Amino acid sequence: MKKRSMKGWLYLLPAMLFLGAFMVYPLIDVLIYSFEEGYNSASQTYFGVGLYNYSRVLHDHYFLQAVQNTFLLVIITVPLSTLIALGISLGLNAIKPLRNLFQTVYFLPYVTNTLAVGLVFMILFKKTAYTDGLINLMIQWFGGQSVDFIDGPYWAKMFVLCFYTIWVVMPFKILILTSALASVNPEYYSAAKMDGTKSFRIFYKITLPMISPMIFYLVITGFIGAFKAYSDAIALFGTDLNAAGMNTIVGYVYDMLYGSSGGYPSYASAAALILFAIVLTITCINLMISKKSVHY
Amino acid sequence: MEKKMDFDKIERRAASRKRAFTAADYVLLTVWALMVLFPFYWMVLTSVKSYGSYNGEYIPRFFTLAPTLQNYQDAFTTVSLGRYFLNTIIYTVVTTGLMMAVIIPAAFAFARLDFPGKGIAFTLFLSLMMIPNELVVITNFVTITNLKLRNTFTGLILPSVTSVFYIYLLKENFEQIPDELYKAARVDGTSDFKYLTRVMIPISKPTLVTIVILKVIECWNSYVWPRLITDNPNYYLVSNGIQEIRENGFGRENIPAMMAAVVVISVPLIVLFLIFRKKVMAGVSRGGTKG
Repeated sequence: MKKRSMKGWLYLLPAMLFLGAFMVYPLIDVLIYSFEEGYNSASQTYFGVGLYNYSRVLHDHYFLQAVQNTFLLVIITVPLSTLIALGISLGLNAIKPLRNLFQTVYFLPYVTNTLAVGLVFMILFKKTAYTDGLINLMIQWFGGQSVDFIDGPYWAKMFVLCFYTIWVVMPFKILILTSALASVNPEYYSAAKMDGTKSFRIFYKITLPMISPMIFYLVITGFIGAFKAYSDAIALFGTDLNAAGMNTIVGYVYDMLYGSSGGYPSYASAAALILFAIVLTITCINLMISKKSVHY
Repeated sequence: MEKKMDFDKIERRAASRKRAFTAADYVLLTVWALMVLFPFYWMVLTSVKSYGSYNGEYIPRFFTLAPTLQNYQDAFTTVSLGRYFLNTIIYTVVTTGLMMAVIIPAAFAFARLDFPGKGIAFTLFLSLMMIPNELVVITNFVTITNLKLRNTFTGLILPSVTSVFYIYLLKENFEQIPDELYKAARVDGTSDFKYLTRVMIPISKPTLVTIVILKVIECWNSYVWPRLITDNPNYYLVSNGIQEIRENGFGRENIPAMMAAVVVISVPLIVLFLIFRKKVMAGVSRGGTKG
């Protein structure tokens, strides 16, 4: 018996070593960092313990800008992408021929490198001395004014960021919703048809309640994912996000850690913990709402 | 007789309404498909336009009559795209291989072995699943820097060789294998390790393949950690390479060559996806996280 008990831990050992070194220890360490004031990474010394790092971060103009950008991105993209994905999934569910082809095409953004395709979006939207770019050309066809979406006004940059984010997150949402729709028991639909129920009513009374757990799952993961937005912004606006005014909270954390403005693990830790607190709060609120309104 | 006529009419009207609905449905689906495909088309198109013709087009053209492969040659000779590519392949293969070697025994221990403290250990494991990567990256960065492992493959690979989530996924799968098999193997005197390699791994192959594919996608696209840990272009992965190219490769304006690099970077995963389409989609719907 003793031999077997040793064995179980032996099988776990490699995983525990790695998790201990790169997850558990960092987790404790990040808390400590965030309370150490005036930490110097060269000499590894600090002056005192307190909340200064948090207050410094919360008063940083760049951090507030990052928070604003992140919240705007979340508020715009999460509902919009979920709604569009629901529409597309319903559309997919209603057809037979070509369905596989459409599904395959819709999934492509998932397997592409976010930074690489981001470059394509950049050249589509960017206005340079040589060309206004394709999107601006289209705007001009419809009689609009061309705008520089990459280096121009804030709303234009926000628009591109949201547009690209939606493009990137769509495959996952469509995939989850189409499989949820496909798993609704067809007998419910047959019964409703027998009774001559109108199709909108079928959707509202059968489809929506049956897939509501999956919709909430997508909303929750969508919130979490969008709060951590970073590489999409990097791909569109380059590595100096603060200068572009398009930084995100995660971007702020990394900028504090590394790069031209880096070298401050304490501020980075405080910002990361603030982000974690925000995400945790929003997820809890989401879970509370979903308990009330999701049909199981 | 008249009643029957009416009935026909209603049926015809319903059918034509259904046809119109289906047509509209196809149109909308096609619109989204075009939105998805267009950036890919544009990237391939731009990559085969010559430098001169691309910059000569004030109004971008939707096709080209004189495609050239010059940009692809430039992409490999002007910047070390081949190097980035090789690095990414090494990184992906080693990380995925090591991860499998770490998570299979762990999942096996949780699924089949009895040992004191298993319950607590598993609860702790599950609670680690909620920890976002952003929180631990800071200390890991400091750790790897202090160990002088910046700009090495070891530093790149070490922090990502375990995944609590994949251990969980695999454990669930292992548990579905009937216990009787295990008992029979014990009676026959088969060791735990032999049982794991001869019985459990072959049976769980679909799940293992899924995990491998998901990890490969993750490795291929990883950007944040490699960026923090490498500043020597000899160790850049493709994501960092593409960012480097964007910031100061090709003299900034050579967009066709840039697009050629983007095509080269995107193709491997797209091919992998088209080959394993069903497995990738099933895997992502069970364990995907992006989005």
